[in-house]
Amino acid sequence: MSIAKILGIETEYGIIANGIESSPITASSLLINSYVSRFDTSIGWDFEAEMPGSDARGFSLDEVCPPEIEVNMVNTVLTNGARYYVDHAHPEISTPECRFASEAVLYDRAGEEIVRQSMIAAKKVLPDGAELVAYKNNSDGKGNSYGCHENYLLSRQIPFGELATLITPHFVTRQIFCGAGKVGNEFEGMPHNSVAYQISQRADFFEEEIGLETTLKRPIINTRDEPHCDPSKYRRLHVIVGDANMSEIATFLKLGTTAILLAMIEDGQLDLKLTLATPVSAIRQISHDPTLRQKVLLDSGKMLTALELQESLCEQAERYATRHGLESVGNDEGKLILRRWREVIEGLKEDPESQSHIVDWVAKKRIVDGMSKRHGLRVGDPRLKMVDLQYHDMRPERCLAIRAGLETMVDSESVTQAIDSPPETTRAYFRGMCLKKWPKDVVAANWDSIVFDIGKDPLKRLPMMEPLKGTRVLIEELINRCASPAELVAALGDEITNSNFKPSN
Amino acid sequence: MAERAQKKKSNSDRAKDEVQVESKVDPKGEKLIAELDDLLDEIDEVLESNAEDFVKSYVQKGGQ
Repeated sequence: MSIAKILGIETEYGIIANGIESSPITASSLLINSYVSRFDTSIGWDFEAEMPGSDARGFSLDEVCPPEIEVNMVNTVLTNGARYYVDHAHPEISTPECRFASEAVLYDRAGEEIVRQSMIAAKKVLPDGAELVAYKNNSDGKGNSYGCHENYLLSRQIPFGELATLITPHFVTRQIFCGAGKVGNEFEGMPHNSVAYQISQRADFFEEEIGLETTLKRPIINTRDEPHCDPSKYRRLHVIVGDANMSEIATFLKLGTTAILLAMIEDGQLDLKLTLATPVSAIRQISHDPTLRQKVLLDSGKMLTALELQESLCEQAERYATRHGLESVGNDEGKLILRRWREVIEGLKEDPESQSHIVDWVAKKRIVDGMSKRHGLRVGDPRLKMVDLQYHDMRPERCLAIRAGLETMVDSESVTQAIDSPPETTRAYFRGMCLKKWPKDVVAANWDSIVFDIGKDPLKRLPMMEPLKGTRVLIEELINRCASPAELVAALGDEITNSNFKPSN
Repeated sequence: MAERAQKKKSNSDRAKDEVQVESKVDPKGEKLIAELDDLLDEIDEVLESNAEDFVKSYVQKGGQ
C-alpha cells in the first residue's frame, strides 16, 4: 500500500554581485545573513546523523568522501520550517516537508520571496550602487550547473533497483512540461551553438543512469540514502534531474506527476513496458528538439516520442486512480494533478505554443523567437542569452518570467504567510512553531530533530523520526499549553535524549 | 511583493486563439500578435542593455 507522499524542493540559486568584488561564497553568505540578521536570533543546523555518502544500493562512502557541506558556513532554519544556507558557492533554500504538491509550490514561492527580501536587505548594507542578484536557474551557459532537487518519501519496502528502472522514463521525458528552457547547448564536446534552443536547463549535464554523485558525472537516478526519518520504514528519493521552474503550474506538475507515479510503483501498478534503451542520451535528444518530434528507443525495440511516452504514463495513472484512489497524494489534489497533466499533454500535442502560459520552456521560447524576429537576431546573439538569464532574474523589475503571462495557483497573501509560518500537515509544523515560540531556546534543528536549551546542562534533543507526527492537529494544543521548552521537554518525557550539539559560531 | 500577471483564459479559449493565429484577418489571432508585441515592447525596456558583457560575466561555480 502506497504511503503519504511527503515532499519538498531544494533550490540552489545562481548569484552575482554588481558594483562590488565578491567571491560567490561571500556573496551567498552576505545574502543569507542580511536576511536572518533581521531576527533576534538565528538557529544553527544540527549535523548530527547526516550521512550524504550512504548509498541506496547498500554501501556507504561517508568515510572516503569529504562532507558535502562545510559545517561552518551560514546554515539556518526558518520559522516556516525551511532551511536556508550556503551550498557549493550558491545560496540554497529547502522548503519544509509538505504533504501536498500544491503546498510545496506555495513554499517554493515563499522561498523566492525570501530570496527577494534577502536581496533588498543586502542592498541596504552594501555601498551605494552595489547589489546582489539571485537567479532561479540551473546553468550559467558555460558548462556550470547547479541544482533544483526534489524529495519524496517512500516506503523502505520497495527494492531500489526496481524503483530506479520504473521511474527513469518519467525523469527523462517529463521535461516536455517542466523543462525551464535554455538558449544554446553545454554538452561537453558538442560545438557551441549547435542547438539554438533546448527544452531543459539541466539535460546537458547528465552522464550516468544511476549513482551517488550530485556535482560530477550526474546520474538520472541519485542513490543517496539519507531518509532524514526512520530508516527502517522509509526512503527519501532524492531527485537531482529537474529544472528550477518559474511557472507555478510547472512546479505543481513536476511534483504531482512524480508523486503519483511513485505511489503507483509502491502499489506495483506501473509496468515495465516503457523502459528506455539509452536514458542518458535520450534525455539530451529530447531536450534538443523543441518540436517534440524526437523519438527515443525503448528496451522493447519500439521508438516513441517523449509526448507519447508521457501519454502512456498519464493513461496508466488515470487507470490507477480509478482502481486505487489517490490517497497518498491527497484525493482532491490527485484529481487536479491528473486533469492538468492530461491537459498539458493534449495542449503540447496540438501545438506546443498553446502552453506558453504554463510551460516555462515554451514561455521563454516565445520571447526568444519574438526578439529574434523583431530585431533580426541570429543564433548566438548575446541578447538571446540575456533573455534566457533574465527570465530567471529574482529582481521583479528585471524578471522576464513575471511578464510572460504565466498562470498562477497561489495568491500573494498565502505566500506572505508562508514566509514565516510552517505547513500544518507535517513535522515541519512542530519545528516552525517551536522556533516561533522559543527562538532563543532552540539552539539547533535539522530535518529529524530539534535541540533545546532548557536553562541547565545538558542540551535536550528531540528526535522527530516520523514526518507525519508534529502536525498542527497533533501538537498545537501541547505547544500552546507549555510555557517554556523545559515544560515541553518534561511533557515529552521518554522521547527526549541529551545532545552534544556545539554551536560553530 | 512581486505580483505575477494572471491569465484568466481557459485552455479551450487559448487553443482556439492559437489555432486561429495563422489567419491574419481573425480578430483573436490579431489580439495574440498584439499581446506578444506588447510583451516584446516591455522586454525591450527591461532587458539589460549591455547584453554581451553581462552574458560573458555571468559565471557560476558548479553546484549540485
